Order: sequence, then structure tokens, then C-alpha cells
Amino acid sequence: MAYNFRFDPIELPPEAKELRQEVRAFLRQEIEAGTFTAEGGKGSFSKAFSRKVGAKGWIGMTWPKKYGGHERSHLERYVVTEEMLAARAPTRSHSTADRQSGPVILRYGQEAVKQKILPQIAAGELCFCIGLSEPNSGSDVFAAATRATKTEGGWLVNGRKIWTSNAHRSDYMIGLLRTSPATKENRRHGLTQFLIDMKSPGIAIRPIINLAGQHDFNEVVFDDVFVPDLHLIGEVDMAWKQASDELAYERSGPDRWLETFQSLTELVRLAGAEPDDRLAAGIGREVAHLATLRRMSLSVAGMLQAGKTPAVEAAVVKDLGTNFEQALPDKVRLLAPEEGDSTPERNDERFEEALRFTTLIAPKLTIQGGTREVLRGIIARGLGLR
Amino acid sequence: MADSIIVDTATRIFQDLCEPAIVNDAETGEWPQALWQALEENGLPLAWVPDDLGGAGAELLDGFAVLRVAGRFAAPVPIAETLLAGWLLAQARIAAPAGPMTIAPVHRDGNIELGADGTLRGRARHVPFARQARHIAVLCRRDGARAVALVEGAGLAVSGATSLAGEPRDEVQFDGAVPQQIGPVPAGLDEAALCLLGAAARTQQMAGALERILDMSVQHALDREQFGRPIGKFQAVQHNLATLAGDVAAAGAAADAAAEALAGSGIAGEAVLGEVAIAKIRVGEAAGTGAAIAHQVHGAMGFTYELSLHHSTRRLWAWREEFGNETAWAKRLGHLVARHGADQLWPFLTAGS
Repeated sequence: MAYNFRFDPIELPPEAKELRQEVRAFLRQEIEAGTFTAEGGKGSFSKAFSRKVGAKGWIGMTWPKKYGGHERSHLERYVVTEEMLAARAPTRSHSTADRQSGPVILRYGQEAVKQKILPQIAAGELCFCIGLSEPNSGSDVFAAATRATKTEGGWLVNGRKIWTSNAHRSDYMIGLLRTSPATKENRRHGLTQFLIDMKSPGIAIRPIINLAGQHDFNEVVFDDVFVPDLHLIGEVDMAWKQASDELAYERSGPDRWLETFQSLTELVRLAGAEPDDRLAAGIGREVAHLATLRRMSLSVAGMLQAGKTPAVEAAVVKDLGTNFEQALPDKVRLLAPEEGDSTPERNDERFEEALRFTTLIAPKLTIQGGTREVLRGIIARGLGLR
Repeated sequence: MADSIIVDTATRIFQDLCEPAIVNDAETGEWPQALWQALEENGLPLAWVPDDLGGAGAELLDGFAVLRVAGRFAAPVPIAETLLAGWLLAQARIAAPAGPMTIAPVHRDGNIELGADGTLRGRARHVPFARQARHIAVLCRRDGARAVALVEGAGLAVSGATSLAGEPRDEVQFDGAVPQQIGPVPAGLDEAALCLLGAAARTQQMAGALERILDMSVQHALDREQFGRPIGKFQAVQHNLATLAGDVAAAGAAADAAAEALAGSGIAGEAVLGEVAIAKIRVGEAAGTGAAIAHQVHGAMGFTYELSLHHSTRRLWAWREEFGNETAWAKRLGHLVARHGADQLWPFLTAGS
């Protein structure tokens, strides 16, 4: 066999199990204090909450202590992430930096930047956005055209990024910018990663409201924005070499199968202790998918912990996971007992809210962070078909 | 983790002695003697029987790993059934005899009685390989309690039927049969528990069969040319194969989770019930969608008897139905989840790890 995707089992170490209980206790407290509610998707952004999480030592968990990290394992980080997601805690202010931007800076950033930025991320103080997509560069990431031109002491940025989540609340962006034209031999050549201070003069942010009525997306316009040399991340023109191993982190985490989990939880609540067989079977099927996905996702976390870069396995988890979480609200909708004028009121506000919210966000799940089509291409390559 | 020597041994035996022609011949009733003999000589069918009862004394996980390989090769022999029978006999401290065996009943509502006169009464349906089994390990009821009876295959009334894969799935009449040996079993071992272990065994065989059809499909997509290039170069075909690969990976992971749960805590308890249910549901679904994609990729060739794809796909269709199909297990799992309530769903999902 040329390929053999392996998802070996992971036994979580005792410290991760203890940590889980600690996180649960913290989240229970926060819910009781009214910081957030578990159903629906409201209040997903809270810097105050992120600071508390930072104070707990749960941001930048795997980073070196000298940069404000905690030198804990990927598996411990995994436990924190999935507990936060399952409880629908408002992590948006720190999650991008914790998952993606921080690790990129840690790996490719310059020393002074690492010393300054990473401890602030770990404290929950900084919100990051990712400047990848452009009007003519979506799935085709390497078609990015927003330019960075060399100038005295730094770079001048001109162009437009779009669909940038959280840009309006972010302190920094990590942007993929064109520093040279692509070459004939390598169309991915010529792009460079930069750390961009979102308060820089010349940046204009325009909101793009999504179909759920939320302001998450933005268009970010750069007009002669100065970025100092110090904020260059990695090698000039060589960003394509830096991108691929990050994706394993991004693609296989619990956020790739838990985004609509509350719809199932609320269906179980609605079902009560003794549902009919049809409803029970429907619940059972979804639980089977969920449990299997979690096992696979955890297995990828274990591979990362072991120092491997399971890029194809991560793509498999994301493809299966996002398709599952996207389909889940629809399955849940059809399993819910029928309600009519003469049926008893089912007291289902939590269910209704969860179902509405998850139905509305479902379309994005197989698009963000690599579309289904892109992922299947990666898997096909792993199978030796490309 | 299973012992890699056992897995390598099994792989070598199936590679050498379980070629597609052997599988075809078995479907016409020809017993694959060379294959079975090699398996026996290496102690694989009795892997789950302790040394002192005549077996190899291997771990549960080793036996499950052998079944994964057997499934990959569409082995037309009662390797799973003999493993299960040996295990069942060992629960009653009955030594395992040589030769192919099977178990009865294979349904949760199985109801075979052992009378005061020492004879059995009742019938069992869909008993795999009954007509080829030298012995049947029967889980029966004696004064309400369970016992295991070792019954010789010869002399039993067996009406032959076959599974979708052409494997024997017989109805066996036990009325008046006199067991060679009888032994009591530990509390908790009933028809449902036997079914649980059977389901876990089938998920391993199915995961193996799924691995095989992914292999075949990818190879076919690379070899078969249409419109001037290998069909595997077409994006639509690539995406189908990527979907198949995902289902195969999920099936393997789910089947292993069940095997580990059984190896870790035995047949009793909600956690094991949950893991086996999850596996039989998830693997069963993968069997359906996976077989469909494999056939689509193979086109008309895959629909012929000549190509061996059907050895695996017909087994998948048969096995997903046995020891409880997806719906049967989903009901059990759903009721279990509902009993614990919404707030226990996440703790349930994270309990194992």
C-alpha cells in the first residue's frame, strides 16, 4: 500500500485528564457568573474572558516559558480547546492567535517580535486575524496580489484582503503579501508573511455582514501601510514553504467537528429520558459519527505531539468533520418530534435557538480554512492520484 | 497494540493461500483445506483460547488484528466464528477441540434450552458456517441461567442458506442434540453479550474489507485510461476516492476503539456497549457508502463476477447486517445517551480519554 492513513489510539496522560476537570470547573463558574450561555452563538468574543483564560495559563500552552508559554503538551492543549468549544465559551478574541498566529511567530518570527508579542498573546491581551483571501485569491491562496514593496527600514503595503474574520477587533494581522512575481517553475514563489499592526496608518476596515446577521467578515484595504523590517516573518518570497505544516494544526482540531454540537445536545434534551426508537436511533447515529471523529482528531493531536506532520490525516479529519458538523443541524431538524396546534408545547427555546444558529452557520463550515474541494485534492494527492 | 508477529503470520498465510480463485471455489462449497490447515498450524483460530484449554493464549487485540487481515483477504473460512467459539468455550472452562467451529445463537433473542435430560431444544437462525463446523459452541439456558454447550456439528439438522457473499448462514435445529460438554458461564454473559463480541469481530473484518476496496479502487483509477488519461486524473474521481479514504479511515478507527474497549474492560459495562455500538454503526455506514464508491470507480468491470471486487463488497453488505445492523445499534446507543440526558452527552463522549 502506497498510503496507509493511520489513526492510532491516544491514551491521554493523567495530567490532561486532571486538566479537563479543572477546565470544566472554570467554565461552570463562568456560566454561573453569566459570562456566557451555552446554547446559540452569542457573545463569542470577549477580551475579558480571554484574559481570564490567559491567567489560567491556557493560551500558548505548548510554547516555551521564556515567551510566556507553559511548555505543556499538545494533548493538554487539545483538552482545553475541546472543552471550551463544547461549552461554547467566547474564545474568539484569542483562539486564532493561540492556534495559528502564535505558532507561526514562534517558528518564523524575529527574536525581538517573539519576546514582545508572544507573552501578550499568552496573557489573552491580543487578538489576531489572518490576511489570506483577496477578491481574486480565495482557495487559490498563492494568487495573492496585495503587494509589499521594499522601502527604507521596512515595507509599504498596498492592496486588499477580504473575508478577514475579526479584522475589526484585531490588534495584529499575519498577512500573506506579494514581494516578487511568481516564477514559471514555481507559481507559489514570491509571497512573504508579515506581521501587520492593525492600528497602522493607511488601513481601512469595512464590515461585511454575513447571512446570520453577524459582523465577522471584513474587507481590509491597505494604502501605503508601513511595516517595519522587524515584522518580516520568515524568508522573503518563501512563504509557501512555511505554510504547509501549520495546516496540520489548523485542520484537525475539535473546531472542525464541534461547531454545531449544541444542536445535538439540545435534541437530546428535547428527547427526554425515553425517546421513541426512531429518535433514539437518530441520536445514536450522530453520536457514533461524533465519537469516531473525536478519536481521529485526538489521534492527529497525538501525532503532532510525537513530532510528526500528519498533513493528509489532518485533511481527512477536517473533510469528515466539517461535512458531519454541516449536516448535523439538518439531521437534528428532521429528528425533532413534530409540533402542531394540538400537541403539547414542548418548551424548546434552547433547542430552537441552537437549531437556528447552527443552520445559519452551516454553509461556512466546509469553506473556511480550506474548502471541501481543496481538502479532497490533498487527500487524493496522499492517495497517489496527483 | 496487537502483536506484529501474529499479524505478519496471518498476512503471509492469507497472501499465499487465499487468492481470489480460492474464494470463488469456496462459494461453490469447496472447503479451502490448505488455508484452514495453515491457520490452524499457526494457532490462529484458537488465539482467544488460553494455553491450558488447548489454545494459543493470545490477547483479544491479537485476535481482532487477525480478523482485520482476514477481512482484507475476504477469507472464506470461519476464522471469526472459531475465535468466538473458542472464547465462549473458555468462559465455561471447556477445552477447545480442533477444527472449524461456530457459535449459536447469533441473535440477541436467541433461545436455546438445555433440558433436565441433558438434551438441547430450540433452533438458531443465520448461524455462520454451521454446515462446515466440526463443533458448535452453544450459549444455552438451563433453569434460567446461562451455560455453554459444546455440540458436534455432525448429526445436527442444518438447512443451508447463504449470505449475500455466498457464505453459509444456516438454520440449525438443536432439538434432542446431546452436548459433548457443558459448563456454566460467568454472570453477565448472555446472548446480548455474545452478540456484542460478534459485532466487534465483524467490524474488524469490515474494516479490513474496506481497506481492500480502497486499495483496489485507487489502483484501478491509476491503471484504467479513458479520454486519453488515467481516470484517477479526473477531479470527480479523485474526490470520490478521497471520500472513500475518509470512510475507510473512520471505519478503522471506530473498529479499533471497540476492540480496545473490549480488551480493556471485557464484555460488561456501558462504556464497552457504547464503543461497540459506535463501531458497528460507523463501520456499517462506511460499508454502504464505501462499496458504492468502489463500484462506481470500477465501472462495469467491477460488476462482473470475474473481478474480485465483489468478494469484498458482498461481504461488507452481509457483515453490516450481522450481529445487529446500524439501526439496531443506533437505537441502543441513542437510548443509552437519552437515559443519561443532554448534560451528560459531552462527558460521555470524552469519558474514554
